[in-house]
Amino acid sequence: MGIGAPDPIIDLKDVRFGYAERPILDGLNLTVPKGQILAVMGGSGSGKTSLLGLLGGRNKAWSGQVRVDGQDVGHLNRSQLYALRQRLGMLFQFGALFTDLTVFENVAFPYREQTDLPEAIIRDLVLMKLEAVGLRGAAPLMPSELSGGMARRVALARAIALDPMLMMYDEPFTGLDPISVGIIGRLIQRLNATFGMTSLIVTHDLNETLRIADRVVVISEGKVYRDMTPQDVRKSDDLFIRQFADGLPDGPVPFHYPAPPYAQQLIADHVSSS
Amino acid sequence: MSHLLNLIEALGAHVNRLLARLGLFARFSWSVLSVIGICIARFTLLVREIYFSGVRSLAIITVSGLFVGMVLAVQGYEVLQRFGSAESLGSLVALSLVRELGPVVAALLFAGRASSAVTAEIGLMRATEQLAAMDMMAINPLARIIAPRFMAAVVSMPILAVIFSSAGVIGAYLIGVQLIGIDDGAFWSQMQASVDFRIDVLNGLFKSLIFGIAVGLISVFEGYHAAPTAEGVSSATTRTVVTSSLSVLMLDFVLTVWMFRGLN
Amino acid sequence: MNRSKFDLAVGLFVALGMIGVAFMALRVGNLASFDSGAGYRLEARFDNIGGLKVRAPVKSAGVVVGRIEGIHLDRESYEAVVEMRIYPQYRFTNDTIASILTSGLLGEQYLSLEVGGDPSYLTDGQRIPKTQSAMVLEKLIGQFLYNKASESAGSSK
Repeated sequence: MGIGAPDPIIDLKDVRFGYAERPILDGLNLTVPKGQILAVMGGSGSGKTSLLGLLGGRNKAWSGQVRVDGQDVGHLNRSQLYALRQRLGMLFQFGALFTDLTVFENVAFPYREQTDLPEAIIRDLVLMKLEAVGLRGAAPLMPSELSGGMARRVALARAIALDPMLMMYDEPFTGLDPISVGIIGRLIQRLNATFGMTSLIVTHDLNETLRIADRVVVISEGKVYRDMTPQDVRKSDDLFIRQFADGLPDGPVPFHYPAPPYAQQLIADHVSSS
Repeated sequence: MSHLLNLIEALGAHVNRLLARLGLFARFSWSVLSVIGICIARFTLLVREIYFSGVRSLAIITVSGLFVGMVLAVQGYEVLQRFGSAESLGSLVALSLVRELGPVVAALLFAGRASSAVTAEIGLMRATEQLAAMDMMAINPLARIIAPRFMAAVVSMPILAVIFSSAGVIGAYLIGVQLIGIDDGAFWSQMQASVDFRIDVLNGLFKSLIFGIAVGLISVFEGYHAAPTAEGVSSATTRTVVTSSLSVLMLDFVLTVWMFRGLN
Repeated sequence: MNRSKFDLAVGLFVALGMIGVAFMALRVGNLASFDSGAGYRLEARFDNIGGLKVRAPVKSAGVVVGRIEGIHLDRESYEAVVEMRIYPQYRFTNDTIASILTSGLLGEQYLSLEVGGDPSYLTDGQRIPKTQSAMVLEKLIGQFLYNKASESAGSSK
């Protein structure tokens, strides 16, 4: 590493983690430099969401190092962790807006809780953030009155409130109509560039992701399986990548859940019932 | 034989689970209690929760208290007048309410109405990742969401118990004096002679405080640890009501023996 | 979210609670006639206290002048020792008689004090010399039967 090269924003070394006895992440290595938009893809249960939990300090790795902006997340005490989290932003899958507050109050929440800014300034900041996501007019609405896409945009406005250095997106495109998908995608791109952030997107949606990401990392069996640019993903010959990219029902990820031979089971049923 | 072994194994596993849950409850309660200071500093949050848990329960508490008092008067009179002691009705009603029925029934009603709502609310917030979002914004959800709801139960419970008992006494007065015709003066003077402020009223208030702490902790615990599904939230809500009710009754027994045993 | 509405409602709620406590204390309970613990202590010994309990009233001419504070058995003389606290505004003579009476026919038992003509008064910690034990129903019946028996025995002579 050169003297002038800055520390990577994310640095994962040999990370092992799981919820039960079997590890989900088994020797994961990943480095993310500042300013990059990274897409993390993989099958269901491959550990993509656990990865976000590790970075945010909600999960503690069994072994290995999880470094965010140079700090070892697994060994921070509570106040240090909270100080770090104030510089992170997370967009949850369905927005996770506070249902008893209005849109305005949701976005104002981080300002009111973490800063001592006067209400007048908070008001301006909230309106600015809402304007950035195109929902300034929705400020007085309640979350229950918003569509899925709008709710997620409000959650995005809330997540960028304190100008985080790292934004984490948990399946931001899932369940949205194509227009909303396009809107969110462009917002991620624009915010990353405008605010000099680093963005990490956990997603299934290949099309939009390939359009906006700088780099794609595919996780399989607890490790980084492939680390490539979006163009390489499109051109790849790898069976797993192709199954993923083209949406093929069968391939390295099998269609059939493990079961005894078909004919044998059918005959056995007849034999036992006669 | 294998059935018996299976049964014992199942029983053992069940006891294990119960103990593990009890340990989790203890740890969680400790976490909640340790952030109470912050919660009191954010007084506005607490006031809001007292409104939703306490003030909104006023109707059911007052009406129930009134009816319980009236029933006590009817039943009590029926029995007392056989021994010619109908004037003691005031004492009977007041002591029953202040010592036992006020704290206990108010706690049971509170558990059913307010605590179940708190459990459902917290469970839903957890299921929709609102608590996780708050945590990621570096704001402790225990201090901001959980603790105020717990403190609201602790503060509301004694107030509701007192209101229940008062409503009950008034109800008994309406039936006993106005309707049945017991002497007004005897009703109140007998009552005042037998209800001691320190022994009865203060002990009753202390009981309701303990109930408030128990019910408050149970309701936030169940909500916080509910499975993030519709079924999970629903069963957590049921568990709150059942566990709270049983706890109130068991604590009532222990507290009654401890507080009133020395009287004779 | 209307903060002032919450504040008002909760304020009323708490006020209602305080009114309830006041109601319980004054109308339902005996706080109005609360003895603050002031007064002086007297002692009395009885052969039998019957159903007298701690916190039973001490009355003179039917007026409550104090409370029983403690009851125990003297381990040497096997007498019942009753400790009571008398309100400071009342004084009783040295030849006061302390009796255990029953209010009504089946009511609670209380301690009654009848003053005598002695010019000097009892002070804190002193013992009331003359006492009359409670009337125990079984003894009365026994006495009654015995009297009846001796009467008929005498008249049959």
